[in-house]
Amino acid sequence: MAAKVITITSGKGGVGKTTATANLAVALASMGDKVVCIDADIGLRNLDVVLGLENRIVYDLVDIVEGRCRLRQAMIRDKRLSDLYLIPAAQTRDKTAVSPNDMVRLCNELRPDYHFILIDSPAGIERGFRNSIAPSDSVVVITNPEVSAVRDADRIIGLVEAEEKGPAQLIINRLKPEMVKRGDMLAIDDVLELLAVDLLGIVPEDDQVLMAGNRGNPVAFDSKGLAGQAFRNIARRLKGEQVPFIDLAKNDGLFGRITRIFRPGGY
Amino acid sequence: MSFFDRVLGRNRKSASDAKERLKLVLIHDRTDLTPGKLDSLKDELIAVISRYVEIDPLGLNIQVEHNGREQRLIADIPLKQTGRKRPR
Repeated sequence: MAAKVITITSGKGGVGKTTATANLAVALASMGDKVVCIDADIGLRNLDVVLGLENRIVYDLVDIVEGRCRLRQAMIRDKRLSDLYLIPAAQTRDKTAVSPNDMVRLCNELRPDYHFILIDSPAGIERGFRNSIAPSDSVVVITNPEVSAVRDADRIIGLVEAEEKGPAQLIINRLKPEMVKRGDMLAIDDVLELLAVDLLGIVPEDDQVLMAGNRGNPVAFDSKGLAGQAFRNIARRLKGEQVPFIDLAKNDGLFGRITRIFRPGGY
Repeated sequence: MSFFDRVLGRNRKSASDAKERLKLVLIHDRTDLTPGKLDSLKDELIAVISRYVEIDPLGLNIQVEHNGREQRLIADIPLKQTGRKRPR
């Protein structure tokens, strides 16, 4: 099977790494892929609550690395999607409990049996980030259309290139089309021009993401929502499908173009 | 937007400000070249080049240009007119 290892990172905190990891994992698993997601944010784990699996943790990433359990013992299998697994982070340790080599070894052990391994990187550019990108075959950088998030994304993209893990692909999260339309939010083209990277997807701001987080039931389970549909489109692109973006040639205003992308089954 | 804002040129949208500010910040982040360092680079360049040829220090222009994620330093250095006629 030879899984593809994809690291989701951002530099800045709070832009949606964990939400994106959870949703892409759900979307991929619901399309029939076998998916493991690894929470690399040791000390500040959250992928478990976003996925609604927090009550099922027995062992964690550090237990595997330090030999207190076998790899499969720490993997929590989702009851809603039988092809979805989570390896939770340890909560009472810090980033130095795991090394980049540990992550490479762990992923190599998983590779033969799964289609995708998604690693949820912590914010920052230190050890946790280096642990997260060490085993990755491709890196997805998440940003929001705001000055600080774009700046940090640029820094991360540079570091990913320096580690020869590039080119990174970009997800622009929490876009508000109506703000872009009135010129008060950076547009997709602005962000792409500034960062000079390939676009993997655009996720519009959607209240359902927070509501889904409340319940531990990621929006990608529900294909009707705007953000849910966006994450499913991104998952299809990760599988190598050509899912069209905005038709920039069309002259019907940004809002029209963006809403068109998120029509189910279409753009 | 009020009439006065428009007259005073305050009709810039905040997204354009964000883009312009980011352009500059990213150049400095990527090169580790602060505006201060760029100024002293300029001064030293003027000093060095002036040892060999007379230049117009006011016309000197140094910029960081980028093509994708690749950046280059472009220096435009006008020489002083020597008054010599070009041979025909």
